[in-house]
Amino acid sequence: MLEWLDPLALARWQFGLTTLYHFLFVPLTIGMALLVAILQTAWVRTGTLKYLHLTRLFGRIFLINFAMGVVTGIVQEFQFGMNWSDYSRFVGDVFGAPLAMEGLLAFFLEATFIGLWIFGWDKLPAKLHLLSIWMVSISTAMSAYFILAANAFMQNPVGYQINEMRGRAELTDIGAVLTNPVVLASFPHTIFASIMFAAVVIVAVAAYHLSRGQYDDTMRTALKFGGVVNLIAFAGVAISGDQLSLVMVATQPMKMAAAEALYETAGPASFSLFSLGTPDGSNEIFSVRVPYLLSLLSTHTLTGEVEGINDLQAQYAEQWGPGDYTPIIWVTYWAFRWMIGLGALAALISAVGLWITRGGRRPAGWAWKVAIWAAPLPMIASLVGWIFTEMGRQPWLVFGLMKTEDGVSPNVTGLEVLISLVVFTIVYGALAVVDFRLIKRAAIEGPKEWEQHSDPDAVDPQKLATVY
Amino acid sequence: MDLAFLWFVIVGFFFVGYFVLDGFDFGVGMSLPFLGKDDTDRRQIINTIGPVWDLNETWLIVAGAALFAAFPYWYATLFSGFYLALLLILVALILRGVSFEYRHQGRSPQWAKRFDLMIVVGSAVPAFLWGVAFANIVQGTPIDEAGNYTGTLFTLLNPYGILGGLATLLLFFTHGVQFVALKTDGELRERARALAGRSGIVTIVVAAAFLVWTVVAHLGVDHAPLIAAFAAAAAVALIGATVANRVGREGVAFTLSAVTTLFAVATILAALFPNVMPSTIDPAFSLTIENASSSQYTLEVMTWVAVFMIPLVLLYQGWTYWVFRKRVTRASIPVGAAH
Repeated sequence: MLEWLDPLALARWQFGLTTLYHFLFVPLTIGMALLVAILQTAWVRTGTLKYLHLTRLFGRIFLINFAMGVVTGIVQEFQFGMNWSDYSRFVGDVFGAPLAMEGLLAFFLEATFIGLWIFGWDKLPAKLHLLSIWMVSISTAMSAYFILAANAFMQNPVGYQINEMRGRAELTDIGAVLTNPVVLASFPHTIFASIMFAAVVIVAVAAYHLSRGQYDDTMRTALKFGGVVNLIAFAGVAISGDQLSLVMVATQPMKMAAAEALYETAGPASFSLFSLGTPDGSNEIFSVRVPYLLSLLSTHTLTGEVEGINDLQAQYAEQWGPGDYTPIIWVTYWAFRWMIGLGALAALISAVGLWITRGGRRPAGWAWKVAIWAAPLPMIASLVGWIFTEMGRQPWLVFGLMKTEDGVSPNVTGLEVLISLVVFTIVYGALAVVDFRLIKRAAIEGPKEWEQHSDPDAVDPQKLATVY
Repeated sequence: MDLAFLWFVIVGFFFVGYFVLDGFDFGVGMSLPFLGKDDTDRRQIINTIGPVWDLNETWLIVAGAALFAAFPYWYATLFSGFYLALLLILVALILRGVSFEYRHQGRSPQWAKRFDLMIVVGSAVPAFLWGVAFANIVQGTPIDEAGNYTGTLFTLLNPYGILGGLATLLLFFTHGVQFVALKTDGELRERARALAGRSGIVTIVVAAAFLVWTVVAHLGVDHAPLIAAFAAAAAVALIGATVANRVGREGVAFTLSAVTTLFAVATILAALFPNVMPSTIDPAFSLTIENASSSQYTLEVMTWVAVFMIPLVLLYQGWTYWVFRKRVTRASIPVGAAH
């Protein structure tokens, strides 16, 4: 077998690519379902037409995106068994339960009510129809909870015991798995990040139309709504992120050390904003550092001691035997910074944008462009956040229990994984182009086609229902 | 009752749900070139499953997750073993799913045609491969001592596997065409009924061959009469569906083809019992309900979830079908590009 046809490396690439790709659609679905539900609630309660127009416009973007989230999600579930069968055998007893709960409690609900919402405008009473989008929103959040609980088990295994005879982890406490401290922090972190993601899309669409001077009243409302939501969500992301780093220090100190490229244990520890030198930070030439900040983030004290990579590596080697227990430092170091930096930049742009458009002011043309081009920022921040948290878990697949190399399917050849990797790359690539174009077109069209609904009392539900 | 056995039944139930529901989606998709004379026809056909295809496909996700939770070893062996077949199914499901959504967004007839083709292929490939997969599970596959499948994609394409694939392909096709007859009006409805009548005959022949082969192959087991009874029930329901279609009872015909699927899956599960994936290398390597299942505690937790959730799920899904109970008329399809 050719050396580059390494099933392990290819399976890891495939998981990384398909998961990140799936996560392009998931957060927009989670965030947009909630924001559309809020907009539709405003329409139902006030009868003000602009809320209906915005519900329809962003509902349409939500739908184009939603189909991709669904179909790429099936790949995620199948992939555990296809590429990671030994992992599935080892953790299935624990890991399968939240996945099955996700299906039974969340996916069915989501799929049912999404159908009712899209096609039910003319078939359900207004309030029941409104309830449908809220059910979709609630079920997307529920599904996020269960899958993050499953992921949390990989970061910080709890509620299990090892059955030596079967060679597997067995569930002993489902409550512990579902209240893993990691999921309690990663859930709000993910949800708020998803809301940011959707909010900046709303801001970008509004900015596009305002820059062209069209739909002024409606789009001002959208701009303000998106901007304010983005700021609130950013506060949520920051607070939950802070909580998540405390949990990380307690459960996966190596990940925190790798996030900072902190080789030697230090207290007080400073936080480097960026550094020049070797990419993995092992030989630093120049860096901009904020004193005490890493101690503050890791321990909530100014001088708390933060364990360094070298000490942890020595400890782990003693505990689990010789081996390399260090993730790829340059990946974790830079991913951590890009995540925080891009998220903060998106919030800053919203804050400035709200200020310069206050009271109906019209900013210079470039300001609108900034708002439009800022749309991908929370998306990229979310993706590098996942790269950070999953690469930071390496070399473990399940922290302390199973290494990544031991989880791969032993009977699947490198060629088979390569075939599927190539197929997914081509299919996903082509669909991304189509999906992006359709979303862009819907965004540019704006609420135009619903101008027919100009009298709030005479909105015809027949004309609202979607027909494929 | 033994919880592992209960979950064997529950997983079977989810697959029945998946095959009955997404089964008619597949048939509806495959029927496009046969029934759709113009674009309005094709849109009418697609809109019969518009509000529900996503929901129906979710049954697969739930079936897969239930398999993972209740029988991790079965899940691991099956999914890593049938690797390329599942890859084909996944790609087909992806192309089919996005095509429903994207088809009506375009502005040119070529655009719609391209997505129609993807709907047809994306429906036919899984309809065939699910049959191949389940036939091979029953027949047994080369599984080694560690529980790993040692064959290739072509190992699956043996006569019994291909017959199983053709049986599901035809069954889902007829089931879906029956659904079109049930959910549309006018000339399209008549054409669908006529087609369901013709394809029903072919389906009976192929499905009967598959069922007889399955029964004969398992004559030696203790519960052979049960397998035969399930197979007979499937055959009777299928013949009944074709008769009901002929006399114009579309609802009865559709229900009976769903019952056919139910008993076909029951036949397969009964033929499997007590194994879940028999090994052709050595019976000692076979995965069984007992050795492939999760721990008692996990099964207890999952049973509580299932007991509470399944009735609720059936209730609100049934309600959805009731909301969209009306036929999709030709007049309901707007002229020109939709939104």
